[in-house]
Formats: sequence, C-alpha cells, structure tokens
Amino acid sequence: MIELRRADERFPARLRAIFDPPRTLYVRGTGEPELLARRAVAIVGARSCSPYGAQVARMLGRELAAAGVVVVSGLARGIDGEAHRGALEARGVTVAVLGCGIDRDYPAANGQLSRRIEEDGLVVSEYEPGVEPAPWRFPARNRIIAGLCEAVVVVEARERSGALITADFALEEGREVLAVPGEITSSLSTGTNALLKLGATPLTGSADVLELLGVDARPAGAAPNLSPTAAQVLERVRASSCSADELTAPGALEAGAVSVALTELELAGLVVVAEGTYRAVIGG
Amino acid sequence: MLARAVTHALVGLDARKVEVEAHLQNGLPGLAIVGLADRTCQEAKHRVRSGIASAQLEWPSRRITVNLAPAGLRKEGSGFDLPIALAILAASRQFPLDRLAGHAAIGELALDGRIRPVRGALAAAEGARHAGFGRIVCAAESAGEAALAGVEPVPARHLAEVVAYFRGEIEPPPVEPVENASAPERDELDLADVRGQDRARRALELAAAGGHNLLFAGPPGTGKSMLARRLLGILPPLTADEALEVTRIYSVAGLLSPGRPLVRRRPFRMPHQSASAPAIVGGGPGPRPGEATLAHHGVLFLDELPEFQRPALEALRQPLEDGFVGIARVEGRAVYPARFQLVAAMNMCPCGGRGDPAAECACSAQKLAAFREKLSRALLDRFDLVVAVPRPRAAELSGRPGESSESVRARVVAARERIRAGPPARTVAASELLDRAVERLPLSGRGRARVARVARTIAGLADCEAVTEEHVAEALAYRSPKELTT
Repeated sequence: MIELRRADERFPARLRAIFDPPRTLYVRGTGEPELLARRAVAIVGARSCSPYGAQVARMLGRELAAAGVVVVSGLARGIDGEAHRGALEARGVTVAVLGCGIDRDYPAANGQLSRRIEEDGLVVSEYEPGVEPAPWRFPARNRIIAGLCEAVVVVEARERSGALITADFALEEGREVLAVPGEITSSLSTGTNALLKLGATPLTGSADVLELLGVDARPAGAAPNLSPTAAQVLERVRASSCSADELTAPGALEAGAVSVALTELELAGLVVVAEGTYRAVIGG
Repeated sequence: MLARAVTHALVGLDARKVEVEAHLQNGLPGLAIVGLADRTCQEAKHRVRSGIASAQLEWPSRRITVNLAPAGLRKEGSGFDLPIALAILAASRQFPLDRLAGHAAIGELALDGRIRPVRGALAAAEGARHAGFGRIVCAAESAGEAALAGVEPVPARHLAEVVAYFRGEIEPPPVEPVENASAPERDELDLADVRGQDRARRALELAAAGGHNLLFAGPPGTGKSMLARRLLGILPPLTADEALEVTRIYSVAGLLSPGRPLVRRRPFRMPHQSASAPAIVGGGPGPRPGEATLAHHGVLFLDELPEFQRPALEALRQPLEDGFVGIARVEGRAVYPARFQLVAAMNMCPCGGRGDPAAECACSAQKLAAFREKLSRALLDRFDLVVAVPRPRAAELSGRPGESSESVRARVVAARERIRAGPPARTVAASELLDRAVERLPLSGRGRARVARVARTIAGLADCEAVTEEHVAEALAYRSPKELTT
C-alpha cells in the first residue's frame, strides 16, 4: 500500500483539480500510481441492473480498456463490477475506488474481483485502513471517481441513484457525462434518460467515448463467415432481442436448428444470452 | 415340543430368511418372543393369541417361547404374526408338523383371525424362492404379488382356512396370472396440450432419448411444470425386469394398489418443497425407501427447486451419481436402488420477475444471493440440460396444438435403441468446436462432458453415424447459464 499525499507529485493532477480533493489517497495493487494520470473513463450505474445493462457495461469496459483507456469504477455489484470485468477481459487496466478503508473489500462478494484488479491495476481509497463502509462515504467516494476521469458513462440508473451523484460531480468539475439510453418504460432507465434530457451525450457504442477523448478505436475485424441460418437468425436478433422460441416461429426453422445457429453466433461473439433472452452485441 | 415355520424379514429391499421356532414346555402358561423383535413384533403376542382363539383353535396353556432366528437380525413389522401362529399351532400338533415343510409364510393377524396383507410381500416371496420354498402362505390380497416372484401362493383370508389347508382339507384356489390381470395404463397427459415452447419441447425429447436430467428455469406461469409432467408420456414402457424392480420397491413401501400387483407404468414422483432429506433419499429408524427410490426407473420432479431445503438437495447428489442410496444404521446398511431421471423447475429469482419481459424483478441483491445459494454448483452440474422457458407470446398460445406424445415417443424409442446398439463417435471438427467452446464460454470440465453426452443423444435422435459440429453446437445451447449461480 502506498500513501499519496496531495502534495506528492504522483498524486493525480485531475483529482487535485477538483473542488475538495482528498488529503491523502491510499493506493494498493501492483500497477504504478502514475497510471492514474492516463486517460480514464468512469463507468457507473445501478447495483441491481438488468441483463441488458450488465452486457453494455461489460462491453464498454472491454472495448475502452482495449483502446488503452483506464476504466474507473466503484467495485459495487451490478454495473460497476461488470465494467471492471470487461476491462480485465481485454487485459486492460482498471481502477476501483472504494468507499471504505483501503484494506477492506466491499462488497465482500467482489473480493476475488478486487484481487484480479490489483494484478495490473489499482484499488484506491481516501480512507485509512480499518474504516468501515458507511452510507455517507459512498457519495464522497463518487467525487473521487468523477475526479479521476475525463468522462463519466452512466449505464443504468434509477431516479435517485448514486451514479447520478457521480454524474453531478463530473458536471460540476467540467468533465464529460455520457448516458446509455434505455427503455422509457423501465425504472432502471429513468435516471439515465433524465440525464439525456438535461443534455448528457447519448452513448450508442464505445466509439462515442473514444471519439470524445480523441482516441483511435481498434480497427474492426473482418466479419466472420456465417452459415445462412446463422445470418438469418442474427438479422432477427439485431432487429430486437428475443427468446429462442421466437426465432422458430417464422416457420422454416426448427428448434434444433435455431439452437445450432445461436451457439455459432455466441461463439463468434455476435450474440449474448442472459435469462433466456438473446441479444446482439453492439458493434459486433 | 418344538415346531419351526419360515418367513422373511426385509433389509432394505432384500429379504433375509428368518426361522420362527416355537417351543412348548411345562411351566406357567405364557408367551415370550425373543430374537430382537421390535415393538410391533412384540405386540404379535396379543394378535396371535386372539387370532388363534377366534379361529376356534386351541391356545396351548403351556409355557411358549418363540425365537426368531437369526437372533442378531432386527425384526420389525407385523408380518411375523402368521408364521408365529403357525409355529405355535404346529408345536401343539393342531395340524401335522411335517406339512409345514416347503412353505414360507407372511401376514398380519386380525383379532378375529383374518389375515391382513403386509408390505414387502413380493420381496419376501422372492426370498422364499431363493431359499428353495415352493409355496408361500399369505393374505389373499398379497397373492398376486407373491405369484410375480415365481412362488405358488397359498392365499388365505382367515387363519382357520390356513389350518384347514395344512390339515389337507382344502386346496388353495389357483391364482390367475398377473400378466392378464392389468392392462398397461396410458398416461392421460399429452404433449399436444403444450403450445409453442419449441425449445423446451425439444429439450424434453432429448431428455427422454438420452435419460438426461433436465432443469427448466423461467418466470411463473410459462408451462414449466406442465412440460415436466409430460415427460412420462414420451418415455418407452418399462421392460419386464424394470417393472418387477419397481414393483418390489412399491411393495416394500406399501404403496401397491391391491388390484394391480405389477407396476406397469414408470413412476412419477413429485415431493413437496418441504420434504426433508430422509424423505427424499430414504431413512428413518427402520429405513424406508425415499422419493428417490420410489422414482427408480421413472421421473423425480422437483418443482420450485430452490424452495427445497439445502440438505435435501445435497442428499440427491449420491443417487444421481451412483444410481443407489446407501443408508447406514447401527444394525447394518440398507441399499436402495435409485436410478431416476431428475427434472426440476425453478424461477430465476424469488419474486419470479426475472426473465419476464413484462415484469420487473424487485428482488434485493441479498434475497437473490440467498436464492442462488440454495443451488450449489455441484447440484447444477448434475443437469445435462438447462432450458430457459420464456413467456410464450399470444400467437403461440392460440396456434395449433403441438405434436402428440405418441409420435415423439416413437422417435425416442428408436433413438434409444440406436444409441444402445452403438453410440456415435465424435468427429474431429466436433471435438474442436467443443474445445473452442470451453475457451470462450463459461464451461467447466464437467460441463464439457455433459455437452458431449447431450450431443451424442442429438446425433442418435437424428439417426447420424457420427456426432458432428452441428450436434455439439445444439448441445451447447442447453448448458447451464452463469446467471443461475453468480
């Protein structure tokens, strides 16, 4: 563990620039503290997210990390955890900001995740070892998440969500705020849709963030060779996410053939499945 | 004066020969039963005494000692009443002593001398056949069961009838062969009632063809239980040996219906969520078969899987792996066969909202974690097929009825025969696909083996010589999804 005093030259400049930067930043992990100065984007959102939100968070984490951007989040369940996992999948660098003492893993369920984050990235906190997690520490933690980043992406948020507090801090400090549009009927989208109404940048793919930061996206790979059935199924899934049974209905396809096509698409990384619903991967 | 009758005691599903010795001597009149007899067995004293009196026979006013040998084996139940009565009657020479030779006996006595059936008559009759006895005296209701074992039953309604038989006054009525006694029953639940749900139907067919364990997950009211109950209708009928095995279990459990001694139908057991571990796998002080054993050669259906107690679910792991349940007691070990097919249904979260586009899940993270905690990875690993059952659309529900159970069963039977004749081998390309899947999807080593098994069934159903990429790809679609455990 390292203690970075505010006067320390390794103390991230972006964080020092905010209204009330922490006096000390405790850092653990094998990554260099200097990586906090790299281009960084925060991905935040609801703890009890939908499969859609989880998929988007993971995809954004993966693609941003692959483009060399540091992915910052809060190690919480749901969106935060998925964003970290996505970054780790791409073997990228990710930073977790805690709302409790630097020696603790909160929530405990993400202990293993925090261990993996430490391998290449960092876990940081403004609290000295032994500090208990408390409800009022998380909004304070959110100001650090916003402070460390050039942009904040809100994936899914209810009307009164901690992610919106992070967005507010970002706005106050003049950082970019992006929001992922969601269904207007879902309560998990009310927060993000409200942000969009207020003028946040709508995010429809990782390219939107990368463009904002002026980073070149990875060149897209060549489209894989798909069987005719798989291509037909992909087209249908891209139109709207659906269950396997909805794909058999058009008449021609049998349940077995649909399963074959879906697995082919899944292995090609073009489709993901959660709770029985198949979704096309954005940008895939 | 000494006489000896023979009966059989149940140890698990097996029968052990027990010699019932009655010795009459001078002394204070009375009856003592020795030889590790339990409470029910000790109470035989009163039933036997009243039964003999009611049959207008003489109760010897001597000192009577009844010994149940081997003395070290624990005897329980009321089936010893009849052999005890016969030994006492023979010892007091109320019928010729030598007439008992070649006969075994089992049955409970009523106070008026009638003979009541007891559980396990089939197992006892089989024991009698193995021990070289040609005839077994039993209650009239048990005669059909005893005949299944290949022993000639001497059915009797009353103790007086039995004595008349041993005195050579009457001959036992012939027992009609069971084969004609009961026509095979048809399952009234037909797959044609299920509309839509193509993937779940397909999985049900695969489960039937390959004997795979199957888990349906989805929001409430989407037909999970309805589908599961229809598995029985597409399974091939029981073979003669299987039918006898199932009958033996039901006989021991005392669940045979009197008119139908031979069980012809595959069992379908559906224990309630409150069932304890001993209720599921068997047990109790004098072990009884549990639901897992009662589902032998049939289907064990657990509706609302996560609502079951965790110990009850974990207890299922042994029978799922080994096909039997071993119950150890101080007095010994009972082994019950339990080769069943497990079908389970569950919601994706406690409120049932998950996986339903029309509803939103309101479960807290803690509630969800507790819900998933119930299902260990190890248990989920026992399901070869895991299928999400989505809410069907209105168009599917108003569509035409699905394929009938009968035509699906024909395919299942054909596929089973093909797979038994020679399981199809995997092509190189198929193996490569499997390896690629292990790398890219969350799939464990055991998961890989499961996918391989299911792929073989798919190939068998399709009447293919080899397991190709296509079969593996379909099998991969039924792997257990990560969201059920993480």
